[in-house]
Amino acid sequence: MQNGICGIVGYGSYIPRFRIKIEEIAKVWGKDGSRIAKGLGVVEKSVPDMDEDTITIAVEAAKNALKVAEIDPSEINAIYTGSESHPYTVKPTASTVAEALGAVPCVTCADLEFACKAGTAGIQMCMGLVASDEIKYGMSIGADCAQGKPGDALEYTASAGGAAYIIGKNGCVAKIEGTFSFTTDTPDFWRRDGAEFPCHAARFTGEPAYFKHVIGGAQGLMDKLGTTINDYDYFVFHQPNAKFPLRTAISLQIPTEKLKEGLVVRHIGNSYSGSSLLGLARILDIANPGERILVTSYGSGAGSDAFSLITTDLLPEKRKNAPNVDDYIRLKEYVSYALYAKHRSKIRGI
Amino acid sequence: MAHLESVPMFWRRMKSLYSLIGVECLNCGKKYFPPRLICPECGGKEMKDYRFKGTGKVVSYSIIDVPPKGLKYQTPYGLAIVELDEGVRVTGQLVGCNLGEIKAGMRVETTFRKIIAVNKNGVIQYGYKFRPEGYPRINNGEKK
Ligand SMILES: [Zn+2]
Repeated sequence: MQNGICGIVGYGSYIPRFRIKIEEIAKVWGKDGSRIAKGLGVVEKSVPDMDEDTITIAVEAAKNALKVAEIDPSEINAIYTGSESHPYTVKPTASTVAEALGAVPCVTCADLEFACKAGTAGIQMCMGLVASDEIKYGMSIGADCAQGKPGDALEYTASAGGAAYIIGKNGCVAKIEGTFSFTTDTPDFWRRDGAEFPCHAARFTGEPAYFKHVIGGAQGLMDKLGTTINDYDYFVFHQPNAKFPLRTAISLQIPTEKLKEGLVVRHIGNSYSGSSLLGLARILDIANPGERILVTSYGSGAGSDAFSLITTDLLPEKRKNAPNVDDYIRLKEYVSYALYAKHRSKIRGI
Repeated sequence: MAHLESVPMFWRRMKSLYSLIGVECLNCGKKYFPPRLICPECGGKEMKDYRFKGTGKVVSYSIIDVPPKGLKYQTPYGLAIVELDEGVRVTGQLVGCNLGEIKAGMRVETTFRKIIAVNKNGVIQYGYKFRPEGYPRINNGEKK
């Protein structure tokens, strides 16, 4: 694909307003909460309301993206929703999103799943359709209400949130210079059909899984484009916790200042398919025109999608049209573990 | 609340529920939600779809402790009569704030939420609810 042909025309985020502190979860399981929070680099995580799920989060994020893009929803001819917590196993999330936006009926829709990176795969699909002039605008959304088994290590970070991106040729707030993916069959994390909670291979999720693919994706993209670390103002890596992206930055010799602005995981936990896309949204919320961003998602199983972006002069004005990530981070209401369990339907019979 | 379990009924009301789409009388201009086939005001039979902006103010509200079937786990919740800026009154659940923050006259906007899922295997019905206008910029960052 020719570099810089398409880009992000609009983007939007959404994070539910409830939070639970890591210490509150640790207390229930008799663990040292402050040690766990420090180790993960995460203080608290977002919790969806009783009537929120991946579809409602996707719709809210998508509506914000539409406001930023300032386009008519009928001009969006492709909608992809990436998640590992689609409310239905059969019946698409994307068609409900399309209906709620008013983008129906002239639109292609599909749900995607690749653990935490299906939303970025959807962006690549939109790029192809836009670049080949099959469609004017395409939207990809990464959203999740992440599942973590009670008592499991994942429970400390599995959160809820999402971000939507509208891809097109004109009116871009950021141009996409190129994309590169890095994929192998690596069984680090999975959920079988019908299983309520995912399983993971504990320490195996680090070196051969996350680090190999995220570094492989980021380095591969820079090699492809002939860029180096110094060419970028910001880096965003998938954030299962704050520790993993920080370690990635160290091994690629990236100054942590270029990473820390996008580390939303500290405040909201790991929103899985929303994770790297919310990190990117946070950067777009604060970046100046002409700044370069490298974002790399990660999905267990395992793969990464890396993108190189340059912000445009349109960004500062257009982003004012919708709430930003910090607005959502700031509005919060703490819940106890008991209420959290109710919210996540963990009590039998709900 | 037997109608809540009907999939065709939900599907027919979908545009109203998802996007607050009502009708506007082509003869006298009066707007209706939910949609009507004939204008009670002038008897006009030509109605066109009208998408309400979704903003308005709470006229009155109550806190629901004993809900209809399927909403048990959402209690207690706020249910409000909202006067939309177009002058039409609709009923809807209030979310996105604490019950103590709800008051008559407060400005609200629509949000997209799950309305009801009758059982684990049934269709999930989505639709509009109301939340404070300007969400999530509603506390000026002063709270907590
Ligand atoms: Zn009339």
